[in-house]
Amino acid sequence: MNRIDQRFSELKQQGRKALIPYITAGDPAPQYTVGFMHALVEAGADVIELGVPFSDPMADGPVIQKACERALKQGTRLVDLMQMVKEFRQTDTTTPVVLMGYLNPIERIGYENFADQAASVGVDGVLIVDMPPEEAEEIGPLLKSRDLAAIFLVAPTTSNQRAATICAHGEGYLYYVSLKGVTGAATLNADDVAEHLAPLRGMTDLPLCVGFGIRDGVTAAEVAKVADGVIVGSALVNRIAESVDAPETIAGQLKSVLAEMRTAMDA
Amino acid sequence: MTVSATPTPKTKFSDLTRMPDARGHFGPYGGRFVSETLSFALEELEKTYLSLRDDPDFQAEFDYDLAHYVGRPSPLYHAKRWSASLGGAQIWLKREDLNHTGAHKVNNTIGQALLAKKTGKPRIIAETGAGQHGVASATVAARLGLECDVYMGAEDVQRQKLNVYRMRLLGARVIPVESGTRTLKDAMNEALRDWVTNVDNTFYIIGTVAGPHPYPLLVRDFNAVVGREARRQSLEQIGRLPDALIACVGGGSNALGLFYPFVEDDDVAMYGVEAGGDGVETGRHAAPLASNAPRGVLHGNRTYLMSDEAGQVSDTHSISAGLDYPGVGPEHALWKDVGRVSYVAANDKEVLEAFRELTHMEGIMPALESAHALAHAKVLAPTMRPDQHIVVNLSGRGDKDIMTVAKIDGIEF
Repeated sequence: MNRIDQRFSELKQQGRKALIPYITAGDPAPQYTVGFMHALVEAGADVIELGVPFSDPMADGPVIQKACERALKQGTRLVDLMQMVKEFRQTDTTTPVVLMGYLNPIERIGYENFADQAASVGVDGVLIVDMPPEEAEEIGPLLKSRDLAAIFLVAPTTSNQRAATICAHGEGYLYYVSLKGVTGAATLNADDVAEHLAPLRGMTDLPLCVGFGIRDGVTAAEVAKVADGVIVGSALVNRIAESVDAPETIAGQLKSVLAEMRTAMDA
Repeated sequence: MTVSATPTPKTKFSDLTRMPDARGHFGPYGGRFVSETLSFALEELEKTYLSLRDDPDFQAEFDYDLAHYVGRPSPLYHAKRWSASLGGAQIWLKREDLNHTGAHKVNNTIGQALLAKKTGKPRIIAETGAGQHGVASATVAARLGLECDVYMGAEDVQRQKLNVYRMRLLGARVIPVESGTRTLKDAMNEALRDWVTNVDNTFYIIGTVAGPHPYPLLVRDFNAVVGREARRQSLEQIGRLPDALIACVGGGSNALGLFYPFVEDDDVAMYGVEAGGDGVETGRHAAPLASNAPRGVLHGNRTYLMSDEAGQVSDTHSISAGLDYPGVGPEHALWKDVGRVSYVAANDKEVLEAFRELTHMEGIMPALESAHALAHAKVLAPTMRPDQHIVVNLSGRGDKDIMTVAKIDGIEF
């Protein structure tokens, strides 16, 4: 069983919701990333989304754009991410890791090469922001045959017909984008989210996780009431941005931001 | 190379007119690589466009605007003095520079503005490089009373001050983009971010034959008026079809507009001229096709894309802001693979020479973008006979570039 499925089935038994932090790999420099991942797990992360930095992150707001710039300035490449996951797996064999990013770096190293490397280092899922299921016909089977979950987005603008297609192709969990906009944009409205999640429940058994606009314990707890998981990115990446000059303090800060959310969600 | 790496050798030229397929693919290129929030808007746009594409009323409205607002047809002008000085083929200029707003860009913005009107959205956004597409978008927005925001790389805002002010006079807001390389690709990133946020009330007018499906299709269709006119005018004025067509290629909208109606005319050679910058061999250029860049995905479509080994999009270099783009329209990518069009590059120095030569010898000041096509005409014409004919798309006028050229000449205003 894929680690993602395993984790969600455990959470279900415990009656808890998943807390899924996102950080951009290589931000503020590659040597810190694995330490951050462990810190996030200690603070209560159930799944880690590891961002693949890209020069043109079209779906991201300024916070993650700048994180990509910092990571790329340090020369972080997709192959370096693979090494990070490998290192993380030396001491953590249970926390699922999802690579999240844009398609071009994967196209450049080749779909099959990417899938081979990801599977061999212990990646569990792949979320490619600019690749809807219609364009995933070629990479889909390559991921599936290696037990890598293809995770897709559903947006407030997604029609029921499209949502059904996405549910049919999706694996691991569904990433529901809580608002129209880029990452880090605004604060979400939990009632709206609940309304949009309801029809999805009828279409799929996949866990429904919600991202975009989750800033603190309060929003995390609100979303956790209606969703199976809460994804938090910009709120964490902001802390990294504020402390690039004191990188040794970042892991502690990430832990405190995430621990606050964990406590609020579990209360 | 991974993705459907086999080119499409079996594609006949006559098949090219039937592209793209239902999902917006031109062979292995094109498609709709966008984040999910935009999928609905693109499906809606596709539906709207396909329902109107063959609607005689829509076509009549488009043709009326082209005739009475843009001033079409644009002339096909025989550049006799320049042809004689080059000592070879006769050069004919398709005078898109004489259109209202000074470039071919307006053909597309008129068409997309009609679509915006049909969808009832009160706000339009656009990205722009040289500013021509921004000006054309601001113009149609003024005419239709729509709100208009134009994203422009901060570097381009500096080198195209005149067009920035034109857009502001027309009532548009010009938003300088400070991220990335601060040029056209970053302007497009920012426009996409705006669209994803304001998708309910905003129509995005993409200015070139790139972007997610259906943009490459509809931008080509709206610009194909250039080639249809040029084909008819060639038959009338030359008495036959030309031997060669030349157009500059950034995203490639003026080139596709000219080439598309000739695509089944096997005897008409076609040359797309990309921005060679300091020279393709230096790596400092914006010529993904001529330099055989790897395939990649950016701004919603798969195409030839200048990127490094890790898949990060490369910085580009060109004297002309309008061609300073690392990708190219997906239909051009396919036409390269099947060999229908030859893609070459002209470097900045050659472009300036052509700019000055046409200005001196014909009294026509071309846009620096269009001067790339002229630079290749200078190379090609002398290899041909005087009874042969080349049609060059003079896609825009050069007024906007006077400051750039003056600066090179050491003149400060």
